[in-house]
Amino acid sequence: MKALQRVTAATVIGFLALLGGGYQVLAQIKIGSVLSVTGPASFLGDPEKKTLEIYVDEINAKGGVNGQKLQLVVYDDGGNADNARTFATRLVEEDKIVAMVGGSTTGSTLAMIPIFEDAKIPFISLAGAIQIIQPVRSWVFKTPHTDKMACEKIFADLKARNLTTIALISGTGAFGKSMRDQCVAVAPSSGIKIAIEESYGPRDSDMTPQLTNIKNKAGVLAVVNPGFGQGPAIVTRNYRQLGITLPLYQSHGVASKQFIELAGPAAEGVRLPAAALLIADKLPANDPQKPVVVDYARTYQQKTGQAVSTFGGHAYDGLMILLEAMKRAKTADPVKVRAEIEKTKGYIGTGGIVNMSPTDHMGLDLSAFRMLEIKGGDWTLIPGT
Amino acid sequence: MAELLQFVFSGLTVGAIYALVALGFTLIYKASDIINFAQGEFVMLGGMITVFAAIAGVPLPLAALLAVIATTAIGLALHRFAIAPARGASPVALIMITIGASIFLRGTAQIIFDRRFHSLPSLFGNDPIQFGGAAILPQSLVVLASATVIVILLWLFIDRTFLGKAVIATAANRLAARLIGIDTRRIVDLSFALSAAIGAIAGVVITPIALTSYDVGTLLALKGFAAAMLGGIGSAPGAVVGGLLIGMFEALAAGYLSSNYKDAVAFLIILVVLIFIPQGLFGRAKIERV
Repeated sequence: MKALQRVTAATVIGFLALLGGGYQVLAQIKIGSVLSVTGPASFLGDPEKKTLEIYVDEINAKGGVNGQKLQLVVYDDGGNADNARTFATRLVEEDKIVAMVGGSTTGSTLAMIPIFEDAKIPFISLAGAIQIIQPVRSWVFKTPHTDKMACEKIFADLKARNLTTIALISGTGAFGKSMRDQCVAVAPSSGIKIAIEESYGPRDSDMTPQLTNIKNKAGVLAVVNPGFGQGPAIVTRNYRQLGITLPLYQSHGVASKQFIELAGPAAEGVRLPAAALLIADKLPANDPQKPVVVDYARTYQQKTGQAVSTFGGHAYDGLMILLEAMKRAKTADPVKVRAEIEKTKGYIGTGGIVNMSPTDHMGLDLSAFRMLEIKGGDWTLIPGT
Repeated sequence: MAELLQFVFSGLTVGAIYALVALGFTLIYKASDIINFAQGEFVMLGGMITVFAAIAGVPLPLAALLAVIATTAIGLALHRFAIAPARGASPVALIMITIGASIFLRGTAQIIFDRRFHSLPSLFGNDPIQFGGAAILPQSLVVLASATVIVILLWLFIDRTFLGKAVIATAANRLAARLIGIDTRRIVDLSFALSAAIGAIAGVVITPIALTSYDVGTLLALKGFAAAMLGGIGSAPGAVVGGLLIGMFEALAAGYLSSNYKDAVAFLIILVVLIFIPQGLFGRAKIERV
């Protein structure tokens, strides 16, 4: 019954989109998307869907791409990878799309990869995990930065401050665990020694025992806390409660104003890596990303009345990389577009400056992250990062 | 030594939170034999309504009062519109209804409020109290004091008032209670309202420590339920002791063993205790009269 309703809804939406896109049904570029618009990952899928719709409308209003209008087909997988796979099949077989931008979560992306690989349709994923592009698959790309890069960014800053022996305290939720694994993996090559490792559950309300152990561990020079949600805020408060004076590093998982609100004065002096989008107004005027992020942030805020998130930015980047590839290829033919996506060079997006290659289907380097320090209840950009 | 003391402080902080949540389970269970799985949502509502009333400009003490009153009304409505109409059903079916109510309240809160985390300012600030080389936040003591006050009030109510006796009578034998003129529906109404109020108070006082969001209820209810079982369900002092013990197990396991397995260690101890004392530490063994 639910499935039937969804199909009906999708049909109606598709029909309306057809009407809205004018009557030039003849020459249209069909772009597909499967996003987690509802369900537990809706914080990803919701801004992604809004972003895609805003920009497809905007581009159509300006005449489309290569003289053809865009048509966007969006399905909602509800955060379920099985649904994502079913919708991906439908996009290929019934909607006959020429390109795909979507996949909010790593799970749904990995479930859809075989379908687009078989159908030979370019697939730009919006999910985080490095497994999506490693090993490189010829038809699969992604726009978000990875956890590994966040670890490397933090470690580079630690190394520059000569704080090479650290303690790691991580959340056991999906985000914290994945980033913890990446941090442990890249620590040796970054010249960082993890002297002690602690963890906490996603809903824990007190982390002082773990922090006490860290405090009593000799030789620790700094503490890194990969985590998402309220955990890092409680860690930060407990950190000050115990009077620990070592530098504290949080992850990009808490790069939002909410973290400063929750942690309060305890957040003073905390450092963390973050995407340029979140600090659009703080970027220096000569920053190459400044015009893009300011423009996207303003457009999104105007059209939706909500604050930007990096997730919507990933969808923006995915769509723009695809459209620029189509313009360069002067066609929407999947084979030619795929080859052009792979040749993307110097694309300035919300997530960073993208330089793809046959061996790198993400194309971001550490400059995608900026190191921030919390001072006076607000972000400050650390110069030179 | 300072290390052990810090672990104990952490155990007290977390344990006091569990104890407050556990207290909410006791009264409804006492009056109706139902384990109310929407208890965690009462805690969530207490915190979230206070937060949003405060954002809307209501002074904090008034916002907290408003939250407690609103949650009490919701507790009453839960009984009137969901539990009472199904009163002939078995306790298992009624427990199912409370699970449904919990999902409903969580979903509604997600739409009416939002999906973000929120905090409230502490009553006595955030400067930790230093003692013997360890530190504890004043708010932890507030939570502990609240639990103690609620236990005393509950005891006075149950043991020293006529209405309290009526609750016990209703629990013991509903038919007999009705025969001697107790309006049992009112009594169960009352127990739901009071449990919701206790939950809301818990939500208000723990939010400065544990933070709140629309979905905090589930895990809090689970830990609170475990605490109530360990202490002996239906016993108010048992709920507090059970909560503090679980908090202490967790903190000591996180400190001395491994933070990865602290929940497992805590629940293992509960299992062992319940194998040897199935009615819980303070519970009375149930005797079926034939």
